[in-house]
Amino acid sequence: MAEVVKMPKLGFDMAEGKLIRWLVAESETIQKGQVLAEIETDKATVEVEAPAGGRVHKHLVAEDTFVPVGRPIAIIAELDESVDIEALIGQTAAEVEAAAAAEAPATEGLPLTSEEAEAEKAPAARVAASPIARRMARDYGLDLHTIPGSGKGGRVVKKDIEAALATTPAAAAPRGPAAFAAPRASERVPLSRLRGAIGRRMTAAKQTVPHFYVTSEVAVDALLSLRAQLNDALPEEEKLSVNDFIVKAAALALREFPNLNSSLEGESIVRHGSIHIGIAVALEQGLMTVVARDADIKPLRALAAEIRTMVGRAREGKVRPDDVEGSTFTVSNLGMFDVDHFIAILNPPEAAILAIGSAREVPVLRNGIWVPERRMKVTLSADHRITDGAEAARWLQAFKRVIEAPATLLL
Amino acid sequence: MAVISMREAISQALWEEMERDENVFILGEEVGIWGGTYAVTRGFYDHFGEKRVRDTPIAESAIVGAANGAAMAGLRPVAELMTINFAFSAMDQIVNQAAKLRTMFGGQFNLPLVIRAVSGGGRQLGATHSQTPDVIFAHFPGLLVVAPGTPHDAKGLLKSVIRGNDPVLFIENATLYPMRGEVPEEEYLEPIGVSKIQRPGQDVTLVAYSKTVPLSLQAAEALAKEGVDAEVIDLRTLRPLDMGPVVESFRKTNRAVITEEGWRSYGVGSEVTARLYEQAFDFVDAPIHRVAQREVPLPYNRTLEQMALPQVGDIIQAVREVL
Repeated sequence: MAEVVKMPKLGFDMAEGKLIRWLVAESETIQKGQVLAEIETDKATVEVEAPAGGRVHKHLVAEDTFVPVGRPIAIIAELDESVDIEALIGQTAAEVEAAAAAEAPATEGLPLTSEEAEAEKAPAARVAASPIARRMARDYGLDLHTIPGSGKGGRVVKKDIEAALATTPAAAAPRGPAAFAAPRASERVPLSRLRGAIGRRMTAAKQTVPHFYVTSEVAVDALLSLRAQLNDALPEEEKLSVNDFIVKAAALALREFPNLNSSLEGESIVRHGSIHIGIAVALEQGLMTVVARDADIKPLRALAAEIRTMVGRAREGKVRPDDVEGSTFTVSNLGMFDVDHFIAILNPPEAAILAIGSAREVPVLRNGIWVPERRMKVTLSADHRITDGAEAARWLQAFKRVIEAPATLLL
Repeated sequence: MAVISMREAISQALWEEMERDENVFILGEEVGIWGGTYAVTRGFYDHFGEKRVRDTPIAESAIVGAANGAAMAGLRPVAELMTINFAFSAMDQIVNQAAKLRTMFGGQFNLPLVIRAVSGGGRQLGATHSQTPDVIFAHFPGLLVVAPGTPHDAKGLLKSVIRGNDPVLFIENATLYPMRGEVPEEEYLEPIGVSKIQRPGQDVTLVAYSKTVPLSLQAAEALAKEGVDAEVIDLRTLRPLDMGPVVESFRKTNRAVITEEGWRSYGVGSEVTARLYEQAFDFVDAPIHRVAQREVPLPYNRTLEQMALPQVGDIIQAVREVL
């Protein structure tokens, strides 16, 4: 039975995706789960896996095309099956293509100019460059993608780097202490697609969502000691991070406050049945959120393993649709960067986001005696259209209760 | 400085060393009364006598075998092989005996042996007498392989190897005998196992030895007219191979063409290229090119023979490829 592969929806607000590349050609065989195509969304480049095995009967869209979510992109048939495309998808392949072509420029996906598109596409491809050109680019902090190559087949060679250095004085000194001796010239760096997407989302969030913020401080000695105990028993590759505990604690607190695990849709608030915690991951090219599903239900160890795997994929630029789709609440943790506390912008359409500062050893007055304790400041940002300060504060109390009695996290 | 031919330079080196050390003696086919097929030892027989300039039967294995024994017994033989192609008849004596005697006898013997052999094609001597199989001998640890590309180096290196205590194959390219160059009047020695810059340059490194040294120098002159400043490095010895100046040059130019008269496969170019990629990978700016003999038994026909041998134009073309 032929299967229709559709453009997946990789986020609440994803309207379309760009089909970058087919990885399996028409009439080639394909296994279930094999990567069929690569799709670029505002967030990332993701792989689309075949929902069934068989033969790729037809690509319904061309490479480099923007395709609305849910629209058929390919048909996978059994090896000797004859396929009636029209019957299968209610229209002919030609119509699909024509529709996709007609809609592409008009979609809200902030189409890139061809130049931008080129610049965006390039990072995925390996630049042909000689070893010395690579080394010089590294030493001088140049992006090989931006340097035209004059060598055989467009290879970037030493001469091209020297030419680039001559026109970008900022980069003219190798990295290192010497670079500080001279003032650095200004430079213009085009926004990456991810950077652009972050900008649009954050601007929209900050301009349209009435934020408010509530900060609290939680004691983490018990948590850190529990973590140390557990990690003693776990193999190196399975060690738990502080963030894993925080994600779990946030999920448990959300179970008590379904209103904070929600989204505003028109005139109603949708309280999500599942608790999927988005975890902000800082990447070289920008910020991405991976999604720990059913974080309230999953045991801590499984949750940690999942998060580790997804973060790994994110860093390699290999996230899968499920990795980034469907978060209902976000945790953003800058604890590792020695920050006191910070305030996060909401990740639409979520109702709240939790910002985590560093755990610091501070003096605490207990029964008239100053004792050292490790404490951590956390700030909840919330959507005032959905909730109010009192509820946010109560949520923080619930979160604090779990963190300070961390055995709860193991139940 | 005197300007003399390669032939004279080699002849002078032999003469001076025979005068200096009475343990030095020459043996080979037609080296005595006839004065050598390439006239290198003309006049030696009359001056040094038949005891020190010995004509041998046409039996290369016997020539090198006798030289091996003499060297083990403390003499300093200089055996001449009329062409390196005949070295194959003496292969066992060269690679199984000479190259290994000292090691296999646990250092009880030195082997102060020099085998002079005439290499190279281009004189219409047919496929079996025109080979440039130098690299074969450089494959064997225990045997030094020296192959100069200028009269100056030929004289200085030959004197060094005669004085040394190692078995050495000293390769003279037949077409270089008439090549003239400056040679000091006073005595001098050239170090074994040291590559030399024959022409400094900035843009591309030409690595050469023996016959391809003058070819590369001519190519460099032609390229200079196009504004390309080539540096020519002469390996001078194939074993031990001194990569120092080659790597240093390549770190500057980032581009190289390796030239040799022998065949390309498994050749000097292959070895030097591999070592450059190993030792200077981060300095590579273009694939390294090799110029060598076409992979055919060398034709007798003059036009075909010249087409098969590497020429100045091939080197220039290769430089254009890497620039």
